[in-house]
Amino acid sequence: MAWTKKFLRVNLTDGTVASEDLNMDWADQYIGQRGLATRYLVDEIDPKCDPLGPDNKLIMTTGPLTGTMASTGGRYSVVTKSPLTGCVACSNSGGFIGAEMKMAGWDMIIFEGKSPNPVYLHIENDNAQLLSAEQLWGKSAWDTDKIIHATHNDPQTRIACVGRSAEQGCMYAAVINDLHRAAGRSGVGTVMASKNLKAVAIRGTKGVAGIKDPARFMTAVNEAKQVLADNEVTGVGLPTFGTQVLMNVINEVGAMPTRNMREVQFEGAHKISAEAMAEPREADGKPNLTTNAGCFGCTIACGRISTIAPGHFSIENKPQYMANSGGLEYEAAWALGSDTGVDDLDALTYANFVCNEDGMDPISFGATVAAAMEMFEAGVIDTSNTDGLEFKFGSAEALCKAAEMVATGDGFGKDLGLGSKRLCEKYGRPELSMTVKGQEFPAYDPRGIQGMGLTYATSNRGACHLRSYTVASEILGVPVKTDPLSTEGKADLVKAFQDATAAVDSTGLCVFTTFAWTLENFAPQLDAACDGEWTPEKLAEAGERIWNMERDFNNRAGMTAADDTLPERFFKEEANSGPAQGKTSGLKEMLPEYYQVRGWNADGSPTDETRSRLSLP
Amino acid sequence: MQRSLHIDPGKCTGCLQCEMACSFENEGAFNPSKSRIKVFTFHDEGRFVPYTCTQCSEAWCLEACPTDAIVINMATGAKEVKDDLCVGCKVCTIACPFGTINYSQDTGKVIKCDLCGGDPACATACPTQAITYIDADATGLDRMRDWAGKTDNAASA
Repeated sequence: MAWTKKFLRVNLTDGTVASEDLNMDWADQYIGQRGLATRYLVDEIDPKCDPLGPDNKLIMTTGPLTGTMASTGGRYSVVTKSPLTGCVACSNSGGFIGAEMKMAGWDMIIFEGKSPNPVYLHIENDNAQLLSAEQLWGKSAWDTDKIIHATHNDPQTRIACVGRSAEQGCMYAAVINDLHRAAGRSGVGTVMASKNLKAVAIRGTKGVAGIKDPARFMTAVNEAKQVLADNEVTGVGLPTFGTQVLMNVINEVGAMPTRNMREVQFEGAHKISAEAMAEPREADGKPNLTTNAGCFGCTIACGRISTIAPGHFSIENKPQYMANSGGLEYEAAWALGSDTGVDDLDALTYANFVCNEDGMDPISFGATVAAAMEMFEAGVIDTSNTDGLEFKFGSAEALCKAAEMVATGDGFGKDLGLGSKRLCEKYGRPELSMTVKGQEFPAYDPRGIQGMGLTYATSNRGACHLRSYTVASEILGVPVKTDPLSTEGKADLVKAFQDATAAVDSTGLCVFTTFAWTLENFAPQLDAACDGEWTPEKLAEAGERIWNMERDFNNRAGMTAADDTLPERFFKEEANSGPAQGKTSGLKEMLPEYYQVRGWNADGSPTDETRSRLSLP
Repeated sequence: MQRSLHIDPGKCTGCLQCEMACSFENEGAFNPSKSRIKVFTFHDEGRFVPYTCTQCSEAWCLEACPTDAIVINMATGAKEVKDDLCVGCKVCTIACPFGTINYSQDTGKVIKCDLCGGDPACATACPTQAITYIDADATGLDRMRDWAGKTDNAASA
């Protein structure tokens, strides 16, 4: 079965917690996690509702393979309507809490309404109750984790919570679990805090049983694990270097967005790369990177565990940052580093620690700081706006202070917590915001990797690399090499990646496996574990259905084809160095073709034929 | 030849594949809370350490058991709990200095590592060879080889 077939419905307004049966017809069509939870969201909320009002719902959800021995089977997602974008939000996280939810006997938790007072949900197998979080409100995610563990006297409890940034209304607040894993993007933490829900603490000892064909499942799992181990990226690159393996590669191909995406190569990349993290430093002879770490069940283990150099200015008299914690991944290193022009590895690690400690998405945070720096240099804002800080590109001090201020919502931190779009609009320079549908760009320049332009423009959660990671094909040659500077065939490529990823995000497994696995590797694992028959074709179709359902929700929320675009900069300003020099984004060539391969009308809505072919709700 | 579980914490990533393999082998469910091997995370130090029964030669659990429910598997050397004899008195859990034999609320008996009858599932599942099952008389071989590799042949030539 793999699903527990039960979920919790928590009404925060009334303070009630109830068990409900999972809709297994929907599970067959939408798999689990991203797909299934979005199906519930679409069914239960008005797409035009206020994302931060009581009518929005927040769903924490696992996939059918979460909590099993399938490699990377620890994923969970937070699904809601995003305050940052007004679109559907689905933020995926690893760590251990997803598996714990499953071990406690729950596929999913739907939170609705708004609690009159701060609360947290405590789950011990079948027993789930809302407890007062008065003593936790105003605490960081790290302190919240500590206090809840002490309160319940159980070190094996797994905790997801929001930090102070979410309480302060930061629009890109994350839900942090297991101290440094994050359902990071689109402000899902902001929604959680808006409901006065501080944390979810889970202890599950029931385990995941009822695998349909255990012997066949273990064979499929072991074969798939071997494929990961034998692959150059998942077997060597990611465990050794983490996602930071990309820093030098992307810089060389001229697709490393730099200084708010004005440039496409960063001269300081080698100082903040995976290689730099492994280099012994002067302060204590140790490298930044202590070790790699795996999330639940993961045989790749790309996670970074790092320290900040003793004596670094950022941690003076701050003992809580002197131990090991979650280190830089590529997206964070890019946003906090290249995009702000800061090449101080320790400053980046510190800002990353603060993002984890108080639950900010480091991509949106770094990109918002970058936009502020461009406005500062252009004289749009000055030290009277920034609490006296010289907000210049390359200032490690400004970066570290900015992180502290957003974490607590103090001073200029309130402005920075708006996100890049609202910040630039506030100061009258909307064109300086590097966002799509209000969400900040990730670490690939759409001039140097053309497919990513189409990816960002059409992503259902605003600019995002994880909705269709065509970098795999355009740069790494997975599954086939395509030309990053060409727009040809990118519509089909983006659609294929979007559909496959939507399916993968719904299984309970990690999208990073797709450097080595195709749907051909997922299907046998699902088929052996789950009710029903699961083929690669069925997964691809479910992925396409999920994508169209999300799109449909966004359209009903008020998005139109006009929102499928990029900031002017990518059409007007040519890449100024590297292999992409002279290029702008060819989005306008790709988009009509994309609508066509999607089976959509010219206004970006699914045609009636597409709707009926996919049995859209 | 008997073999021993050999644990190298430096290779562990904390993924818990071993705990799932153990619980699946012994309980038929993926359930780390029922695993006989546990991985401990020392977060601030950035260390992960798998820990389980070392199968003591003079096993304190076995000596302490009033019903002789813990017996030696002569083929593997494992100290195994006989469920039909165990009365759940928990004296063994007090006697064991390492905490690696524990009571199970579900069965009313104690559970401990039995080396899976000579093919430990944890070692098979471990993706990084942090847990291996090797010659019981040569658990130091890796470390000896490491030190041997540091000798300087040129100096004695």
